[in-house]
Amino acid sequence: MVAALDRKLLRDAWRMRGQALTIAAVIACGIASYVTLRSAYSSLLGARDAYYETQRFADVFAHAKRAPEYVASRIDAVPGVALTEVRLVETVMIPVEDLAEPAAGRLIGIAPGGPLLNAIFVRRGRLPEPGRADEAAILETFARAHRLEPGDTLPVVINGVRRNVKVTGIALSPEYVMAVGGSAGQEFAPDDRRFCVLWMDRDAIAPAFDMKGAFDDVTLRLQPGTTRQGVIEAVDSILAPYGGLGAVGRDRQPSAFFVDNELRQLGSYATIAPIIFLAVAGFLVNLVLSRVIHLQRSQIATLKAIGYRGREIGTHYLQLVLLIVALGAAAGTGLGAWLGAGMLRLYQPYFHFPAFDYRLETRVVLVGVLASALAACAGSMAAVWRAVRLPAAEAMQPEAPPTYRRSILERVGLGRLLGGSATMVLRELRRRPLRAALSCLGIAFGVAVIVVGAFSRGALDTIIHIQFEQAQREDMSIAFTEPLDDRVSGSIAHLPGVLWVEEVHAVPVRIRNGHRFRETVVSGLAPGGSLRRVVEWPGRVVEVPPDGLLLGDALASTLGVRAGDEVLLEVLEGERQTRAVRVGALSHEMFGLTAYMSLSALHALLGTSAAASSVLLAIDGRFEEAIDAELKRMPRVAAVVRRRDVIRQFREQSAESMITTSIVLTLFGCAIAAAVVYNNARIALSMRSRDLASLRVLGFTRREISAVLLGELAVYVLVAIGPGLALGKGLAVVMMSSVNQELYRIPVLVTQATYGFAAAVTLAAAIASTVVVRRQLDKLDLIAVLKARE
Amino acid sequence: MGQSSEAVIQARSLSKVYRMGEVDVVALRRVDVEFYAGEFAVLLGPSGSGKSTLLNILGGLDVPTSGAVHYRDHDLTMGDEAALTEYRRDHVGFVFQFYNLIPSLTARENVALVTDIAPAPLSPEDALALVGLSPRMDHFPSEMSGGEQQRVAIARAIAKRPDLVLCDEPTGALDYRTGQLVLEVLSRVNRELGATTAVITHNAPIAQMADRVIELADGRIRSEQRNARKLAATELRW
Repeated sequence: MVAALDRKLLRDAWRMRGQALTIAAVIACGIASYVTLRSAYSSLLGARDAYYETQRFADVFAHAKRAPEYVASRIDAVPGVALTEVRLVETVMIPVEDLAEPAAGRLIGIAPGGPLLNAIFVRRGRLPEPGRADEAAILETFARAHRLEPGDTLPVVINGVRRNVKVTGIALSPEYVMAVGGSAGQEFAPDDRRFCVLWMDRDAIAPAFDMKGAFDDVTLRLQPGTTRQGVIEAVDSILAPYGGLGAVGRDRQPSAFFVDNELRQLGSYATIAPIIFLAVAGFLVNLVLSRVIHLQRSQIATLKAIGYRGREIGTHYLQLVLLIVALGAAAGTGLGAWLGAGMLRLYQPYFHFPAFDYRLETRVVLVGVLASALAACAGSMAAVWRAVRLPAAEAMQPEAPPTYRRSILERVGLGRLLGGSATMVLRELRRRPLRAALSCLGIAFGVAVIVVGAFSRGALDTIIHIQFEQAQREDMSIAFTEPLDDRVSGSIAHLPGVLWVEEVHAVPVRIRNGHRFRETVVSGLAPGGSLRRVVEWPGRVVEVPPDGLLLGDALASTLGVRAGDEVLLEVLEGERQTRAVRVGALSHEMFGLTAYMSLSALHALLGTSAAASSVLLAIDGRFEEAIDAELKRMPRVAAVVRRRDVIRQFREQSAESMITTSIVLTLFGCAIAAAVVYNNARIALSMRSRDLASLRVLGFTRREISAVLLGELAVYVLVAIGPGLALGKGLAVVMMSSVNQELYRIPVLVTQATYGFAAAVTLAAAIASTVVVRRQLDKLDLIAVLKARE
Repeated sequence: MGQSSEAVIQARSLSKVYRMGEVDVVALRRVDVEFYAGEFAVLLGPSGSGKSTLLNILGGLDVPTSGAVHYRDHDLTMGDEAALTEYRRDHVGFVFQFYNLIPSLTARENVALVTDIAPAPLSPEDALALVGLSPRMDHFPSEMSGGEQQRVAIARAIAKRPDLVLCDEPTGALDYRTGQLVLEVLSRVNRELGATTAVITHNAPIAQMADRVIELADGRIRSEQRNARKLAATELRW
């Protein structure tokens, strides 16, 4: 048997269903955004941690030129090291037939039975047999992109010699969750088709690299509680004589670094987004419930007279709020689970885990629902408290007429310029300035959410323009297996169709300022070069100084140096010189930790003759295939990257997730704007239907009374749009700041088109919701309204 | 049922002062009054005479500025808001001029509001039968006439079997014939349930149906008289 008071609750909720639904929609958006992001986050985190754990992802990674086997035992003796595993890691080239240019390959020489650390997850087939130099297990993504199966044969250029390698297995590794570490250009957009890892038998393949009885790569597991930095320094000093490139912890292992960064970003979005929705929901609950309680003043008084306790009446109204929350929670959880699973699918092509299970934890749902219930209850508190405290005897009496004052415009003497409708609108605004301000803020949040959803599309074009049209302007970049002198670039320059050639020499270094250091690459660029330039935001070309370093400001701030300071450059290849170099200038680029020198200054610093690690080409498109064919024949070519492919890859990768995000956030933003406008309109209608009916009786037309009612809302919306756009930009800045600054520093670019879009969508949502209310206004029953007792 | 000599509620030296902006408005000036078990009393007076204030204080909806109110052996002026709520919940039934029904609830549900929380109530159906509204039980207030709404309000007031039924201008919003019908119902309920009933009105002829008539003017009791012969509601003319 349902208590009579509960029946009242249900009927009240049904009567205000329009308002209840719009508020529930905002709550649903809040819960959905939280559940979506949080469940995707915890699913990814769970998948990653389980993967790292079961495959024993290493704690420290180090690469060297060539170290004799016995050095391994010295590393193993470093305090804190639990397990040392040495291996070969080599760069190879894979001239697959279905690609014009060869794919980049990473050959890993493993012990029989597979490595203990970074254990290989064999999806199909098996690992290569010991002693077989012509067998390899290959990375699943590459196999999938080229439809390779165990038993197929793959051409691989190993140390300049082309061999046919039999694919024995399709595998994954925790080292390559994100397939980064391919060739230049791929740091922006890992390309499954152009990057492959081959696991081969170490002993069998070692002679091909002159690595018999030696290793060039080591992975370590540390004992619990060991500080990583101490081990890294010890390993570095052991490997220094053998061409050590500097050990890194798992946090800076390229794949893990990207994965961590993505996860961190997702985690921070999962906090920011729901707060906005729940704040708006709280405000709307306050707005609507205040009105409901005002309208039910005499009902509350009656309930009190009958003998209901204040607590019971307060609970009654809180239940009404919780009913709305429940509605929003059900919809939001469902929507969030659906979007969360969808979001996880968006990550699937980039995060290569063996298992990709969507997990929606009860805890996530509970936190989401609880947070929205709290937000709604917080919003309703003031109104509920008024109901609880309402003196019954007084509430039986009709209320005193509300107090109005002249608006500011009237007081400065502009009153006569305003029509009657405008005067009423202004006085209404003047009477409830806080409500007006909060309503504007609510709508502004709606605008802001739409801006956040839309800005990345406009920003992408700008990024592509700067990075791939201003900075990297070559048609092709060709990386060599080792630095080569200018005869090679000369011979490439003479290929038919090659219009222009520029050399680049990239040298792995550790840049040090006192105790601060970072491993990176110094790129030697041709002076006055036109294919590769340093371009800083917002599109200014920075000249590489004739001597000294040009440092990216992110790297400079990591090191704590300014232009004019001196840093130590420890070269991590060749003769491993250490040189003091002056920082000539700083540049503000969007990606990575960059360092440049002029090619000649770099050569002079290293004391080497002209050498280049890669060349950049401008070509005549008609000769593209011929050039590809020639390059494929050159054994020293490690990788060929076409700018066109990089841009396409970059766009494809960003497009799907961006469009999805944009659609979802635009809908969410509309829900906010529509909910604020609709609820304000309904309340204004309810509060002023008597005034409006009186105006109609006096001879005002429907259009004129609509102007009085909706004029106020128009003011809200128009006032809100400007600040909303700015707020959107601010939110975008906050969200982008959760991105690792060393990775990229995408300026938050909100284009005019994005602003226009957000403003237009908000206006449309506002107009749509006022049309609904306008129709109710048209149906206003003059006699009934005027006869009703307030 | 006629009156007995036992006072159900008793007010002593009751004063009430409202502060309206800058001025004090005195609504009651040292009023002494009592109501006896089972009696039907009418408080008569022009508007502003303090009768609503007196009723609200007797019903525990308001508190006096000074003076004491005793319900049987309880001192209502000593209790807090919670104690007054319990008093209303268990002992008092209100009938208001504008019925004050909950518009979203049917007649039966409006009565159930009370029977849901009262210790030993009538059933809503019985209460509505007492006021002759059995056929209209499932109608909403908006589907009923003013007289019917007021009879629902009476059913709601008596469903808890109150000791005290307080009616504030119960016919004030009704036409003559409907008003008569409502008074008839009040008088029948008073006879059948034996609840002490106090009706306030500015309509003098109604006083003729009371056991006792108390006249208020300017916050004071001007006169008090017993009717030698009570008229039936149908005999009243105004």
